[in-house]
Amino acid sequence: MSLKDKLVSSHIVFQESLDPDSPIYDVRNEAIKHFEEAGFPTKKDEAWKYTSLNKIIKPDYSIFPNGEAGLDYKDVKRYFLHSLDTYKIVFIDGVFSSHLSETTHAGIDVCTMRSALTKSKYKAVIDVYFNKIAPKESLISLNTAFAKEGAYINIPKNKVADKPIEIIHFSTGNEAATMLQPRNLVVAGENAEVQIIERHQSLTENPVLTNSVTEIFADKRANVDYYKIQNDTPEASLIDNTYVDQYDDTIVSVHTFSLGGKLTRNNLNFYQKGEHIDSILKGVTIIGEKQHVDHNTLVHHAQPNCESHQDYKGIYDDNSTGVFNGKVYVDKIAQKTNAYQSNNNILVDDKATINSKPQLEIFADDVRCSHGCTIGQLDESALFYLRSRGIPKKEARALLMYAFANTVLESVKIPQLKERITKQIANKLGVNVGFAL
Amino acid sequence: MLKVNNLRAGIEEKEILKGINLEIKAGEVHAIMGPNGSGKSTLSSVIAGKEEYEVLDGDILLNGESILEMDPEERAHEGVFLSFQYPVEIPGVTVTNFIKTAINESRKARGLEDMPASDMLKMIREKSELLEIDRKFLSRSLNEGFSGGEKKRNEIFQMAMLEPKLSILDETDSGLDIDALRIVANGVNKLRSEDNAVLVITHYQRLLEYIVPDVVHVLVDGKIVKTGGKELALELEEKGYDWIKAELA
Ligand SMILES: Nc1ncnc2c1ncn2[C@@H]1O[C@H](COP(=O)(O)OP(=O)(O)OP(=O)(O)O)[C@@H](O)[C@H]1O
Ligand SMILES: [Mg+2]
Repeated sequence: MSLKDKLVSSHIVFQESLDPDSPIYDVRNEAIKHFEEAGFPTKKDEAWKYTSLNKIIKPDYSIFPNGEAGLDYKDVKRYFLHSLDTYKIVFIDGVFSSHLSETTHAGIDVCTMRSALTKSKYKAVIDVYFNKIAPKESLISLNTAFAKEGAYINIPKNKVADKPIEIIHFSTGNEAATMLQPRNLVVAGENAEVQIIERHQSLTENPVLTNSVTEIFADKRANVDYYKIQNDTPEASLIDNTYVDQYDDTIVSVHTFSLGGKLTRNNLNFYQKGEHIDSILKGVTIIGEKQHVDHNTLVHHAQPNCESHQDYKGIYDDNSTGVFNGKVYVDKIAQKTNAYQSNNNILVDDKATINSKPQLEIFADDVRCSHGCTIGQLDESALFYLRSRGIPKKEARALLMYAFANTVLESVKIPQLKERITKQIANKLGVNVGFAL
Repeated sequence: MLKVNNLRAGIEEKEILKGINLEIKAGEVHAIMGPNGSGKSTLSSVIAGKEEYEVLDGDILLNGESILEMDPEERAHEGVFLSFQYPVEIPGVTVTNFIKTAINESRKARGLEDMPASDMLKMIREKSELLEIDRKFLSRSLNEGFSGGEKKRNEIFQMAMLEPKLSILDETDSGLDIDALRIVANGVNKLRSEDNAVLVITHYQRLLEYIVPDVVHVLVDGKIVKTGGKELALELEEKGYDWIKAELA
């Protein structure tokens, strides 16, 4: 049976197990119908031209993995930002682990989507925000159809989350192949502030496919700072779908660090619905072997006087492939828009490939939009300069690659996270150069 | 210290160095002068190990051992230092991190531990004072947006930190203002000793008033065509290169 058929038939059983009074009962039903019609995207879809899911959807995934596996904190500690006090929403094979988590309801809600979808006190928020910005696309519908668990974060008006929130999804490999579909919702009220770090981590070499959807709402003057760490095992694939709605005077930034995994697809869309908004999208991709990372971004400037900043850096070794498809739409009324986009890539091996495709559609006349894309090798004269000072070739290359990626790291606002990622990058580059960071 | 024997080198089909012979002993300062495009920077790069150039014939010996088969970093570990005519800009790496990495890699190659951080700081302070470099400068990205003179001063700062045996200064004076020239030359002189040697490439006599050479060579079209004492530099400054070219013809 194909994965699609399996999903569609499993849905009947799934829906029967749920409360028919759930605020999203009908939403789920419609979603599975849409997925059934649309199916998985193929390379014939313009947005999936360079990324094929064929291989990824082959394994016989467990759709409702047996969630009984326990994990000891000491065994997974290294996946947490342990040097920093954080709230934690942790899932093991899709099931919430209260043992590893630290949630709160003190002024802000940091808890599970399951609570939000089942308890009546959250109904008002779910009615207003759930599945409201994620577009009607087959993978979104698939996630919505099975939406049950994930992170629910609600920072009400004038509240500031007193510490960063870590969302971690572990898969233990206790099924031969596991499919996970977390569903996250982040609502930041007026003047609210929150920092979130999200990571998907497989603990074995068994195949894992994660199809995650996150919706983020930033009300006036809110500030949302979101980090995605994608450094998974070679058999783990991730389709991350993140949608952001921004209102007047908000700043939302999403940093994506793609350092591992089999196939990673990031659909990241920003919708600007007020004035004086800043949308920040940054990414560092460092991959090798046969890994594949696809960044598919959209910033929709629908109101005047807003900015967007996209900066994606990629380093591709071996047979790895990268895709950058960055769309910027500027509506006719969105005058005085400043939209910047840059995508710079280094191909370390000539077998590696990158497809970089900026798409700018600008209907306003008084705007400043710039985009630049470079694909190159390491600068030979810079390499010689470093080597002539006694830095061996391998370290010199690593230093140059680190320096290349550094512009994205600079804007990470949590020092412990910055240090962590820097170390991961140094590891990834296979060196321990003595530069302090 | 350095011995260059009948060195021929070039790039692709083009021969640039056409049989260079040169010997510099420990404790000596030699100067090379010569018209634009005569091969001065090429000679420096070949000694430092730039792989772009192909050595067609001859040899380069450092303390009696051929270095032709060595990588640039190995030559650096042996004490070769090149102050670049055009230092490369490296955004994202600060001067301090760069110099720390360079020093510790050289130590590693010699089987030594990393230099303790406090010693490193002390050395950085001393050497930046010697060259009158503002400390703020050291936390900037290497050469990025540095003025021409700042780049050159930074090269000599690196030289001071790395304490090389053989220093090649390729037009270190160009771009320096009068005061900076004095400071930099003074810095170079302080680093001189009986066990190291300096090869100065310049177009102007002025630098040689500060860093006084024992020997002056004239390089024309890939060959050393004249060698003399420090007064040769004065003569060249007065008369240019035409008389030498005429002598050759
Ligand atoms: N990488 C290269 N590719 C092609 N030609 C080169 C290269 N490097 C040097 N040359 C040529 O070799 C010759 C010598 O160049 P070099 O830079 O060594 O001269 P120079 O004596 O240092 O001159 P200047 O006084 O202007 O610095 C020049 O004709 C130059 O164009
Ligand atoms: Mg030159």
